[in-house]
Amino acid sequence: MGKFQKIQELFVSGLIKVSGYSAIIFVLLILYFLLSEGLPALKEVSVQSLLETRWYPIEDFYGLLPLIGGSIIVTLGATLIAVPIGIGTAVYIAEVSPRWAKEILKPMVEVLAGIPSVVLGFLGILAFTSLLRQSLDLPTGLTALTGSILLALISIPTIVSVSEDALDAVPRSYRDAAVALGATEWETIWKVTLPAARSGVITAVMLGIGRTIGETMAVMMVTGNAPILPTGLRDLFSPVRTMTATIAAEMGEVASGSTHYHILFFIGIVLFLISLIVNLTASAVVFRQRKRSERILS
Amino acid sequence: MSTLTQKRTRKDPKFRHITQQGGYLLLALITLITITPIIIIVSYIIRQGASAISLEFIFGFPTNGMKDGGIFPAIVGTIYLTVFTAIFAVPLGIGAAIYLSEYAPENRWTRSIRIAIINLAGIPSVVYGLFGLGLFVIFINLGTSILAGALTLAIMTLPVIISTSEESLRSVPQSFRVVSISLGATKWQTIRRIVLPQSLPGVTTGVILGLVRAAGETAPILFTVAAFYLPSLPTSPLDSTMALPYHLFVISTQVPGMPVEIQFGTALVLLVFVLSMQLLATLIRSRARAKRLW
Repeated sequence: MGKFQKIQELFVSGLIKVSGYSAIIFVLLILYFLLSEGLPALKEVSVQSLLETRWYPIEDFYGLLPLIGGSIIVTLGATLIAVPIGIGTAVYIAEVSPRWAKEILKPMVEVLAGIPSVVLGFLGILAFTSLLRQSLDLPTGLTALTGSILLALISIPTIVSVSEDALDAVPRSYRDAAVALGATEWETIWKVTLPAARSGVITAVMLGIGRTIGETMAVMMVTGNAPILPTGLRDLFSPVRTMTATIAAEMGEVASGSTHYHILFFIGIVLFLISLIVNLTASAVVFRQRKRSERILS
Repeated sequence: MSTLTQKRTRKDPKFRHITQQGGYLLLALITLITITPIIIIVSYIIRQGASAISLEFIFGFPTNGMKDGGIFPAIVGTIYLTVFTAIFAVPLGIGAAIYLSEYAPENRWTRSIRIAIINLAGIPSVVYGLFGLGLFVIFINLGTSILAGALTLAIMTLPVIISTSEESLRSVPQSFRVVSISLGATKWQTIRRIVLPQSLPGVTTGVILGLVRAAGETAPILFTVAAFYLPSLPTSPLDSTMALPYHLFVISTQVPGMPVEIQFGTALVLLVFVLSMQLLATLIRSRARAKRLW
């Protein structure tokens, strides 16, 4: 190996190592900037007033509860809709449908994943809200439920594709054994295949929830953006405002460095932490499962 | 209760058969619930938007407070943003993928990198917008510009590019590497001449899917690039620009009395842009699978 080659080799592997570590650097940078712009909020406003139920920044009311509540109720609604539909679709595609149907269904779900959320929000405003208002006889179609339904559409592709991968990864022999013992295919799906793929399906649901909490545009466009604390599932039918929508709607209008600005970054910290917990839990489930299967196989 | 049903299922094959048929029907119906909105959404936008599409709409500037004319600046802006995002994200993403697949030892540091990637993938897009505002727009003082937005989008796109590329690099059989090294090639030569070319279709697919996501996003560019309306095209990476997703957001929420036709036309252009890139990625992937040597 020539000297030039040796230097080139060192240089390139150095560059590659740096790009490898860039992900860590970016996470730390994001955390640093969120903290440095968001933590001053705690000095300017007491924690107590952040836990109030009134969000009205023009008069210095910075209660975050209605926004957190808004995010929770919209996410809850979306999860209730998306989980059964998503898992059902994944089971159908992976276990039941004939091969030709699979070839059509999988790309279609990918199309849904590709539709930008702003397009869904636009259709939501234009067509869906009035449909919902008339059919449910509500005073306005801009409700938490509207947001939940759009968010369900956004998270279904994630749930379907991750669960389907998990179902596909269940060894053929499990199914064969069940059928050989006299189970019907239907019983095999529910009592063998799905339980064996459980951790992957849980991961799918967690990732779906993660997408739902973080989604911004569609939610901002159709939920009516009224910062009222929801108190029960009944409030699915009234307007709400989520944390993400608040940042997106108000950041453009605040002066950089003001209290309002710091509070919006503080909401960013809350969202960052939620997504961190959700995603780490999702991946921990996968890691644990892999370890267990390695133990069994070795 | 459970013993009762167990007895019954054991005794009655007909009952079990009916349960199975009913269950399959239910699953098919659920799948129909998933598929129907996709068909309705895409066909509705095509039907409503097609009449707005014309050369003037695609190559013209908005006029009369955006209520007339075209969306050319928004199309150009989205293309600029996508290209600049690619310039930053592609080398870095592929580099990171090469590191994880070819160099990284199985230790705590590598695990931290993986956790960081999972974390990056999960951060809400609007939080990327905040970060871009804090770092690129204000701290580095790029202002609201194509550069600031593209850098923000690039970091958001990284996890997609890294994970799909790594998977593709790993799928190249180990024997290819062993043979190359045994013939006297260095590690980098092996990667550049053997591993990368073999995994190129998979890497390309990953890159395109990542960029599609960036091109359709609105929240990260809200405070880093997007301009409501600009009378001229951007002339440097430090200019702000209009962009398709943001434009659709603006004309469907911020401009009262907007003609529905223009809204649907804009949605259609955005949808065609995104879905055709996605189709391209799918085609590359399936063609490569058919031609694969191993």
